[in-house]
Amino acid sequence: MKTFVYIDHFKGEIQPASWEALGLAKSLGSASAIVFGSGVDAVVKAAFEFGAEEVLVADDAALADYRAEVYASTLSALASSLNPNLILFPTTARTRELAAMSAVDLETGVLTDISDLDSSLVATRPIYEGKLLEKTACAGKIVLATIRARAFPKPAQNPGAAGSITKVEVKADALSEVKGYAAAESAVNLGDASVIVSGGRGVSNNPALGLDELATAQKGFELIGELASLLGGAVGASRAAVDGGYITYAHQVGQTGKVVSPDLYIACGISGAIQHYVGMRNAKLVVAINKDADAPIFKQARYGALGDLFAIVPALTAALKKKLGK
Amino acid sequence: MKIIACIKQVPDSEAKVKAEGGQVSWGDAPLVINPFDEYAVEGALQQKEAIGGTVTALCVGPESARDALKHALAMGADEAILVSDPALENLDTVGAARILAAAIQKIGGAEMIIFGRQTLDNGAGLTPAQTARILKMPMLGLAGSIKVEGGSVTVDRVIEEGRQTVSANLPAVLSVVQSIGEPRYPSFMGIRKASKANIPVWSLGDLGVSAPAPVVTRSELINPPVQETTTEIISGETPEAIAEILADKILAEKVL
Ligand SMILES: Cc1cc2nc3c(=O)[nH]c(=O)nc-3n(C[C@H](O)[C@H](O)[C@H](O)COP(=O)(O)OP(=O)(O)OC[C@H]3O[C@@H](n4cnc5c(N)ncnc54)[C@H](O)[C@@H]3O)c2cc1C
Ligand SMILES: Nc1ncnc2c1ncn2[C@@H]1O[C@H](COP(=O)(O)O)[C@@H](O)[C@H]1O
Repeated sequence: MKTFVYIDHFKGEIQPASWEALGLAKSLGSASAIVFGSGVDAVVKAAFEFGAEEVLVADDAALADYRAEVYASTLSALASSLNPNLILFPTTARTRELAAMSAVDLETGVLTDISDLDSSLVATRPIYEGKLLEKTACAGKIVLATIRARAFPKPAQNPGAAGSITKVEVKADALSEVKGYAAAESAVNLGDASVIVSGGRGVSNNPALGLDELATAQKGFELIGELASLLGGAVGASRAAVDGGYITYAHQVGQTGKVVSPDLYIACGISGAIQHYVGMRNAKLVVAINKDADAPIFKQARYGALGDLFAIVPALTAALKKKLGK
Repeated sequence: MKIIACIKQVPDSEAKVKAEGGQVSWGDAPLVINPFDEYAVEGALQQKEAIGGTVTALCVGPESARDALKHALAMGADEAILVSDPALENLDTVGAARILAAAIQKIGGAEMIIFGRQTLDNGAGLTPAQTARILKMPMLGLAGSIKVEGGSVTVDRVIEEGRQTVSANLPAVLSVVQSIGEPRYPSFMGIRKASKANIPVWSLGDLGVSAPAPVVTRSELINPPVQETTTEIISGETPEAIAEILADKILAEKVL
């Protein structure tokens, strides 16, 4: 099997699931990495270190900003000239677009968000918000698939590893222009996080502070952030917290937010609505902190702490800090 | 300005969905407009209010999908079109994109074609970019806000790394996310208008295209293994006592 793996990065910041895709590719046969961008030497180097035998590089000022059309045309031309059996991508906002467009160019299809792929390229993926799984295949000559973060093992990094570099021609037919980036809201990478501590509407409920709703919520998310950072994790949120303006949409877990699969998910002041549950049901261990003994989240959690998150979260941070010797 | 909002009908997100005899079953749960597509309709209506024009809701689906289109009309869309044909039962996303593109051409095109982020049933999130590619229009995906000025549109795109501002000339294809604003509730007048509306149904013959053969196919449906969680509620005299026990439990699970 000849597989290409698209290494997704944003201004050099690589999506770790790219390496998981590379590991999967190697388990199926030969693996070449694809790196597009401008000034991407460090990304190319990392691709060799994570196991690429070859890196197909388009390093060009026209690729400095990700733009769907240019990237897709470059990818499609590359694929139709070199004819891989399979192109793998980590599942991100960019790759869904890129793979979608190249599939049109290459007269094939895309298997999205897959959690398993066998040697005959039958994939397993969630449908109906993960309430069901399907086995699915793509009859195109070149199969495109985006993999779910943390579903496949990450290969070890082999510092200093090198291989051959092949230059790729850029097809610059941009239809859109990137005007700029709003000051990064701090990158939130929920998909790759191994620990997520999430807050819900409950973070705004602490009358004792004597603050208004937003200021209380800010305080609540500060406590949640401290626990998350102690555990090297990310901060998540329910939709009620996002709608309340307590935190930005990028943090939202659930049906209309991100589907996550961390090792540990700590839900604080979240009731456990089905639309939230479908986003975090793949977590290995769920812990819930909630004031209401009847909250559905307690049925979804392995451990539940009944009480005020404003008291329990900082106490848990302190206890873990001590026990972890940090 | 002419705006088209592409919507699909799906089982309600509260539905208990199961695989039964190789088929998807959602019991007696209602079919509703795909929740992500309510944002598409909302985004389209906001633009109509800002700069004037009309909003057409477009759906490829079975006869029952009329109800989803009626919801869009009740929200305030000016017209609705259903593309329905028995030959369109097993569309993959490229197939859906081809039919949508053909319907958009038959409508006479539009300055903006607005999609939801993804469907609740298939969840692929591919159709918008594929439709854009087929129509050879620019794709502005995952817009959290939309601003039209002169002949161009600028969106704030919500991606993993934050917000990115991207512009393109019209006509353009967009997909929108929740930050666009809560979908408005259908008004009483809207519901009345929708109930009386005449929704044309176009067949493949009307579009002058044949049914695209699916490239992506399903071979098996699986009910995910039920995660039997027995919940242990940690109790203690004080928050500190609870936290102490909880910390030990978490560490014992070796997930950190
Ligand atoms: C189409 C659709 C899509 C949706 N998508 C999503 C989605 O992607 N993600 C999502 O999360 N939701 C989503 N929702 C919304 C979902 O149905 C719920 O409304 C939402 O998850 C509720 O958020 P919550 O649990 O934070 O708030 P609530 O349900 O209000 O729960 C707050 C909880 O906090 C507890 N609490 C209050 N104060 C404290 C305190 N001081 N200490 C401890 N506990 C406290 C309360 O007991 C309660 O259980 C969607 C809904 C629809 C219809
Ligand atoms: N059958 C359809 N009819 C109209 N619009 C559709 C259809 N299927 C998908 N869409 C649109 O494409 C978006 C993404 O769908 P998907 O690629 O299936 O996740 C949806 O949110 C809709 O806006």
